Amino acid sequence: MEFGLSEEQTLLQDSVKRLLTEQYPLDSVRAYAAGDDDAGKLRTSLAQMGITALLIDEAHAGVGLGLLDAALVAEALGSGTAPVPFAASVVMVPRALMLGGSDDQKDRWLPQLAAGEITAGAALSELTGARQDASVEANNGKLTGRSMFVIDFDADIYLVADVNGQLHIVEASASGLTQAEFKTVDATRKLGELKFDNVEAEPLNCTPEQVASILDWGRVVLAADSLGAAQTMLDQAVAYAMQREQFNRVIASFQAVKHMCAEMAASLEPCRAMVWYAGYSADAQLEDSRQYALHTKAHLSEVSQFVARTATEVHGGMGFTDLVGLHYWFKRIGANRQLLGSPERLRNDAALDADLIREQNTKEKVA
Amino acid sequence: MDLSYGKEYDTFRTEVLSFLEQHKDSAPKNPALRSPEAIAWQKTLIDAGYFARTIPSEFGGHGGQPDILKSRIIAEEFARARMHPGMGGQGISMLVPTLLESGTEEQKKQFIEPTLHGEMLWCQGYSEPGAGSDLAALRTAAVLDGDEWVINGQKIWTSTAHLADWIFCLVRTEPDAPKHQGISFLLFSMDTPGIEIRPLVDMTGNANFNEVFFTDVRVPKGQIVGARGEGWKVANTILKHERGSLADPNAMQHRLNGLIELLETETVDGTRVIDIPSFRDRLMKISGRVMAAKCNDLRLLSNSINKTGGSPLAGMVTKLQGTELRHELESLAIDAMGEIGLAFGDNPHLRGGGSWQYQYMYFLGLIIGGGTSQIQKNIISERALGMPKEPKIPAAKNQKGAA
Repeated sequence: MEFGLSEEQTLLQDSVKRLLTEQYPLDSVRAYAAGDDDAGKLRTSLAQMGITALLIDEAHAGVGLGLLDAALVAEALGSGTAPVPFAASVVMVPRALMLGGSDDQKDRWLPQLAAGEITAGAALSELTGARQDASVEANNGKLTGRSMFVIDFDADIYLVADVNGQLHIVEASASGLTQAEFKTVDATRKLGELKFDNVEAEPLNCTPEQVASILDWGRVVLAADSLGAAQTMLDQAVAYAMQREQFNRVIASFQAVKHMCAEMAASLEPCRAMVWYAGYSADAQLEDSRQYALHTKAHLSEVSQFVARTATEVHGGMGFTDLVGLHYWFKRIGANRQLLGSPERLRNDAALDADLIREQNTKEKVA
Repeated sequence: MDLSYGKEYDTFRTEVLSFLEQHKDSAPKNPALRSPEAIAWQKTLIDAGYFARTIPSEFGGHGGQPDILKSRIIAEEFARARMHPGMGGQGISMLVPTLLESGTEEQKKQFIEPTLHGEMLWCQGYSEPGAGSDLAALRTAAVLDGDEWVINGQKIWTSTAHLADWIFCLVRTEPDAPKHQGISFLLFSMDTPGIEIRPLVDMTGNANFNEVFFTDVRVPKGQIVGARGEGWKVANTILKHERGSLADPNAMQHRLNGLIELLETETVDGTRVIDIPSFRDRLMKISGRVMAAKCNDLRLLSNSINKTGGSPLAGMVTKLQGTELRHELESLAIDAMGEIGLAFGDNPHLRGGGSWQYQYMYFLGLIIGGGTSQIQKNIISERALGMPKEPKIPAAKNQKGAA
């Protein structure tokens, strides 16, 4: 029995963290947010490390690792607020193609995704709570309508869910497709809107359970991203408190400050084991994998929000400024919370999945 | 990551299950302390290797090799079968490990076997009115007079003092030494003249604790564990143990299952409580936290099996997180029942034998006891996060007007 990471997994996570520290410090994140850098070099480095190929099978030029490995990478990316496509491009879309793609679709898209030559976005938000009048209808293989919050936007291909929960692959160059970037508080990742006017699409052959699992995998990596971001915020709060002096003492010596840090650590540390288990359970296809995916995303959303607020507070007025840049993590955590289902929504889905309630009116269309 | 226990352990689990099946009718359900059936069951468990498994047989244990997974399997299966897992109490959980670690051969021979067999009951004399969170400030004094210690002072929060045969007690023997180095660990009979016990009724209506007063209590010199002045060290080897056991995630899961059942059964205006979104959301929030606690516990289990020693933080957070979470869990049950949740004593509307109100209050006691939540936060921030201790300020008694 071993509940922990293998040497390879620790190495994988450490190498992504090191890459970010060396190649993409806060100044680079700022430059990206200001539109002065496209993070192209970082994307290339990650592709060279095999990160883009992580979940893709070896037959399609991938590495064939699992969700736990992807979660570890996501944690590293979150800890450095890396502005790279991941949840859709590296996790959900490859997973969807592997589960429901034809041989032709797999041969066509997976090797390019694995090599990092193309990126993929996911237009799935209508499955987890459509806002306004957004919805996409499929008619004779053509899509019409609107998808509002597309993850890993500005991609080469998109995974699109229609109103019946059917998944499709759409090329960004397809005629009738309009892309509009959707500016959000989180400047480290791209979100956008797709408008479809009779757009050519290739359907994937996924069961409703598979569609649910694709979303769940995305949720676990977003939870892991928040774990990494929150851990960085906690570490920075402790470091700041150790050097900031008031009343002739470092503020880390005041119990009020120590207890804030202890509360963050006490809430966050069990989350690490929870993320690991959620990944493991999905990889081992255990019965509780759906429950853990939903609860892990919901629980991490709450804990990381608490850490984001408290760590900022420990920094006092400086935390509120742009000077220390904490807000990049704060906002990334805020974005992860809303994407692929808010915590309230996911907890309700978990109750439905556990058969605690019978009404289906708010249930995810795909599950 | 590999959460399977392996073939050897599957076999062991089968053995445990067949023992449980074989004894399911003869095992006592809730035997009284010291009753012949309790003592007989204790012996059956030790002989089979399901109690005191790793304690050497010369001291009345089973004499097995330490194996954390086997211990875990025993705990899991006894809980699942709702079979009495043997006696608890501070003698077994605290004193026996202390003696094994720091006692003389003679002390081990004299005390461990009757304690394990349920024939000798103990209480713990640690806290004092003036020494709670700052336990090392304790002042109960023991002065050597010839071959005897003479003890004067007062203890508080002494659970089972009225039932105990003996007490293991921290006393100050070196008044001039720094506070942590002036304490000794003594053992003595509760029948010794000069001991007075006063029950302390708590908010649950029960006397879970006592106050114990010592007036010229005379104890043979040799009834000390460890050397003079080393009592703090002796006691601390097992305090960590107590902190972990106050927040067992399996017990949490058991209560959560009960809570779910309650929300599925209770109704408001004819609607099941679980169908009310606000209550359901609170339930699911707590479920998520219990799941995180269970994962953390698996990580700790694995660390101790594989002796990786990693993540001390994961271990330090369990008392704080676990007791707070249990308190909230029990509180949701009361809210879900509304006015029915107020039922107490022999009220015919009582649910779950009154356990929800009782546990709600009892866990507030546990948030405070065994190192308060605030002390836990000090420990986490100082030992895991490396933050400095509060600077010392002069004692209140030196300040004018202080109480």
